[in-house]
Amino acid sequence: MIRLTEVAKEYPRSGIALAHISFQVKKGEFVFLTGPSGSGKTTILKLLYMDDRPSQGEVWINGVSSKNASGGDISRLRRRIGIVFQDFRLLEDRSAEANIRFALEVTGAPKATIRSKVARVLTQVGLASKATSFPRELSGGEQQRVAIARALINDPFVLIADEPTGNLDERATRSVFKLLRDINASGTAVIMATHDLDLVRRSNYRTIELNHGRIVFDSAESPAPARRFDEPLEIHDTPTGTESI
Amino acid sequence: MRSAREALTASRRAPLLSALGVITIAFSLFAFGLFGLVAINIRKALDQVEERVEVRAFLSDSTDIESVAAAMKDIGEFPEVNRVDYVSKEQALERARREMGEFADVFEAGVLPASIEVHLRPGQRSPVVVKSVADKIKTYHFVDDVRYGEEWVEKLYRLRNIATVAGIALGVAFAAVAVIIIGATIRMTVLARAKEITIMRLVGATDMFIRLPFLIDGLVKGVLGGLLALLFVWIANRVVNEYFIQTIFFNRDLIFVGVVGGALMGVLGSLVSVGRHLRRV
Repeated sequence: MIRLTEVAKEYPRSGIALAHISFQVKKGEFVFLTGPSGSGKTTILKLLYMDDRPSQGEVWINGVSSKNASGGDISRLRRRIGIVFQDFRLLEDRSAEANIRFALEVTGAPKATIRSKVARVLTQVGLASKATSFPRELSGGEQQRVAIARALINDPFVLIADEPTGNLDERATRSVFKLLRDINASGTAVIMATHDLDLVRRSNYRTIELNHGRIVFDSAESPAPARRFDEPLEIHDTPTGTESI
Repeated sequence: MRSAREALTASRRAPLLSALGVITIAFSLFAFGLFGLVAINIRKALDQVEERVEVRAFLSDSTDIESVAAAMKDIGEFPEVNRVDYVSKEQALERARREMGEFADVFEAGVLPASIEVHLRPGQRSPVVVKSVADKIKTYHFVDDVRYGEEWVEKLYRLRNIATVAGIALGVAFAAVAVIIIGATIRMTVLARAKEITIMRLVGATDMFIRLPFLIDGLVKGVLGGLLALLFVWIANRVVNEYFIQTIFFNRDLIFVGVVGGALMGVLGSLVSVGRHLRRV
């Protein structure tokens, strides 16, 4: 479903962001991407939703290859991918419901189906009662749920989440993570970049660890998770400048 | 249809920005329109002066009327010539007296020669053409002298050339300023909705789908700005007419060109601004 083959990404100013990245994600899989700031997590996610193209190698996702994807291919692909960010990226001047509806409207979805779909995802993320609330009236956790609802509205085959709990307190983190697990349980693959090692440790999902733009550990290939997670991962807070956003 | 609704909704969400956009476009087109108004009025004034360019051939006293009539017919067939008039001695005297006012009595009958006045067609009044017509008329044996105000025609011609070049240069400068201001105004709208555009792209909206509401927005602002500018120019023209000098206003074709130009600038400004933004995000 998702395949990265010998992917490298180099930026003219900041240098090599990724090198020799190869992995596959199967249908319905849950994958953590971990690693210190600047290790290339966000770059990989951007390559997955084709916001950027690799300098070398190939990103192949649901039949679309980074080598020859047209603008139209990318638009169609993104309608089948849900994307969630640390900063929620909600439109402040619209209600939760309108934010979710917006994602359907701009893809030209038939009007008749919009209302019921919005109601369904709002219920799914547990915010049916907050449909008319504006982002500023919602807590961080609730805002992230709205963002997740927006990502789910097009029934994605994969949910790409870039530090979705990065701005949340522990309680909100737990509830958002539970939501992501539920989404995964219903068959949607989830690829989640995170710093939160507690979260990684407490769950039994596949983990790909990056450092300096390279994969240093993939639990699918060397199934010895206890080795990594019994000891705290080294977190370098010295961004190399390769990770944008 | 959906894009038009989207454009309308966006304007409603930011009414102040939209109004500012229309007013900015209106003022930049107003400056351009005022310049246009001055240009067409200068052109009209020059045309009026130019209409007075004529070649006058003075005839010797002994000329018989048949020869003059034949010559007038010949000259009237020159491609440059619009009209040929005969001015008899009496008419010349009468005209001179009329023009001299209180000195009218210094002229006596028989002092002034008869002449033929040759009026040239519009576009055939350059010094070269006037001189060539004058030279051809000189060849008639009964023509004593030919006058056409050589120096004056050359000055007028030069003035006209300067006015044309200055008009084009200033017109291009004003139009460029208008395009830049309109582009910047629309860019503000695009930046104000940058987050929306980013989200639209992430959820899979096509570039065309993102562009279309902005193009409609630019078109509407361009047309409204154009109409408002037209109103301003019309008011300015009325004021000048009322208190200063008689001027002419744009004809219907120029008004149409102005409003369509405003719309086009709006659409092009949007196209460029959104295009640049989409390439960047």
